[in-house]
Amino acid sequence: MALTGVEIFKLLPKTNCKKCGHPTCLAFAMKLAQRQASLDACPDVSDEAKRILGEASAPPIRPITLGAGDKAVKMGEETVLFRHEKKFVNPCAFAVEIKDSMSDDEINKIVDDVLNSEIDRVGQKLRIDAIFVSNASNDAGRFEGVVKSIASKAPAVPLIIATNNPAAADAAVKAVADKKPLLYGADESNAEAMANIAKTYKASLGVTAKGLDALSALTEKIKGLGVEDIVIDSGARSAKEILEANTYIRRAAIKKNFKALGYPVITFVQRDDKMLETLVAALGVTKYASIVVLSSIEKWKNLALFTLRQNIYTDPQVPMQVEQKIYKIGEPTPESPLTITTNFSLTYFIVSGEIENSKVPCRLAVMDCEGLSVLTAWAAGKFTASKIAQFIQESGIENEIKHKELIIPGYVAILSGAIEDKLPGWKVTVGPREANGLPAFLRSKA
Amino acid sequence: MAFAIPKETFSGKVFEVTIGTDRTAVFGGENVLPFHAFEGSVPHRPVIAYEVQDIVPDDWPETVKKVYESVSGDPVTWAKYCQDTLNAKAIALRLLSTHPDRENRSPEDAAKTVKDVLAAINVPLIILGSNHVEKDSSVLVAVSEAAKDKNCIIGKAQEGNYKTIAAAAMANNHKLIAMSELDINLSKQLNILITQMGFDKEKLITDPMCSALGYGLEYTYSVMERIRLAALTQNDATMQPPMLADVGMYVWKIKETQASESELPLWGSLAERGITWEATTAASLLMSGAELLIMRHPEAVKAVEKFIDELM
Repeated sequence: MALTGVEIFKLLPKTNCKKCGHPTCLAFAMKLAQRQASLDACPDVSDEAKRILGEASAPPIRPITLGAGDKAVKMGEETVLFRHEKKFVNPCAFAVEIKDSMSDDEINKIVDDVLNSEIDRVGQKLRIDAIFVSNASNDAGRFEGVVKSIASKAPAVPLIIATNNPAAADAAVKAVADKKPLLYGADESNAEAMANIAKTYKASLGVTAKGLDALSALTEKIKGLGVEDIVIDSGARSAKEILEANTYIRRAAIKKNFKALGYPVITFVQRDDKMLETLVAALGVTKYASIVVLSSIEKWKNLALFTLRQNIYTDPQVPMQVEQKIYKIGEPTPESPLTITTNFSLTYFIVSGEIENSKVPCRLAVMDCEGLSVLTAWAAGKFTASKIAQFIQESGIENEIKHKELIIPGYVAILSGAIEDKLPGWKVTVGPREANGLPAFLRSKA
Repeated sequence: MAFAIPKETFSGKVFEVTIGTDRTAVFGGENVLPFHAFEGSVPHRPVIAYEVQDIVPDDWPETVKKVYESVSGDPVTWAKYCQDTLNAKAIALRLLSTHPDRENRSPEDAAKTVKDVLAAINVPLIILGSNHVEKDSSVLVAVSEAAKDKNCIIGKAQEGNYKTIAAAAMANNHKLIAMSELDINLSKQLNILITQMGFDKEKLITDPMCSALGYGLEYTYSVMERIRLAALTQNDATMQPPMLADVGMYVWKIKETQASESELPLWGSLAERGITWEATTAASLLMSGAELLIMRHPEAVKAVEKFIDELM
């Protein structure tokens, strides 16, 4: 189990040489204990200390990187079962399956869709992360050809090479070894051969077995064969099986420190019914999958899944607030409307989204109300006429705009007179109560 | 290293709630996390109620509005359509017209609507106000009386109006939704206040406030998870009522369910996007502990029912 800072300190050279970038060995030890530093930063640490610290500091779920370069995806390293305890660390990867039995046109179309899947949402770039190429044709030559052609068309996209035939695996992995693919996979019948291929080409290895007993035994065996970068598949395919297996795997790894299942999980959700597939993928996102393999990547489905992943992997400990300032939405001119709301992050996201939606360039004054929504802030005396007046005066906005009209949320219509009293020369206009009324409201003013 | 199944069992249990009198619906009753039947008992599937309004839903996006085009002019026809054609297991009637900013209809009008709907259907009815704190306290009292002994769910009681609403629900033998805003402590406090009035805790339904995918879903998700963990691990009776996710009204007002594909080509087909948005929001909240869902689009409901089939 994890060591304390002081226990780690005892194993360090205690020279305070600063080569690690920290002022003292103790400071470095504290950072190590919090997993905010890596032992590699210490050039003088003994092999013995490395061994002890390495074992103790290994995260309960092994970190694995899928692919290489800019679009590589980090997986594993999770530390909790529930997101309110601590942030879920590495968002799961979405992979789409391409069967090598498909026509070249079909394959090219999916690859194009993957390359064009990127969407920007609340400042994050989200995309289909990987391609899962399966050897459905059972033809090793065809498989190698398809893998090569996908790799040349989409050189940056991480690949999962899916076959249980070692000969087909060897040729395909060899062709794209520089891209650090995941080879899926090893089962009880081919473990030695697959482990050899993974070792030879430094690929990570997907390991599959029916049930968690067999899976634990197989990961131990493969680790014994010298492959440590493992991704696991319990064989669960129905929603019920996925929930059970993924829950037990995460619990065993986190709560029992059970190393044989301390690896990222690959979850398969392919279904003919695309709507149902989306919901089973949502189960994968919420319940502990590191890779979710999809059969198709329609844009509507991607958007829902990307958004869910972003929601679930948001840091729950970051205060739900945005910075107090006057935000420009679109390209407002000095004549553009000025609206005001509070700094609860959701309020901000919804209001700014609706203003964007309206296509009317605007200034949105976001006032610090300690992260409360409009009505709550008003009720708590944080969104009052005098505080609003003070914020507007101190913001210097009067020098930027050519009008003196402030649009307030409809829920605080009661404040309009009092704000006008405290902001001489200003006209206060009552906007809609709900943000979804903003587009119509703003368009009618423009 | 041999694998030992890390099973977890709990001392606490979610209350089982039965609604309706003719055809009834039952939800709750589990002593494990959502759908964790592999380590405990999950006696009932979650119940999905179809939302019906007492006025034409002009502000609903096209995708969902057009489904009800021929029936939404009248709540009785609409409710019957949900029950008979869509096989709804429960109906949630939202008395939106009583809102002072809408038609401001009287509590008596609302009571009549409720009576008419009750006379036309035999599945359980959830009766919702317009979410106007003052107005609801008169409307929900009148409709509780109008629906006396029909074992409905009345909602939503909030901090500002729970006394009158809870008293009316109690006097007329109904279940009650207690809603607070995305905070486990507020939720607990409201449940305590209501039970201190003598309201049976086993007749409560907790609404920790829903949010749509992309618009705060993670807050609802985590508050629900925390409430459920408190119910199970701490055997905290004030946290043991089943939970409601009022999905439809939060989903069908956001941009993702309204913006056309021509406007935002990267977002794909609007119809499927809207339906997926409602279904994905619902499915995620099922995973965090909701047992009662209120939804709008029949295709979204169908998808979620199939998802539940796979989980049970």
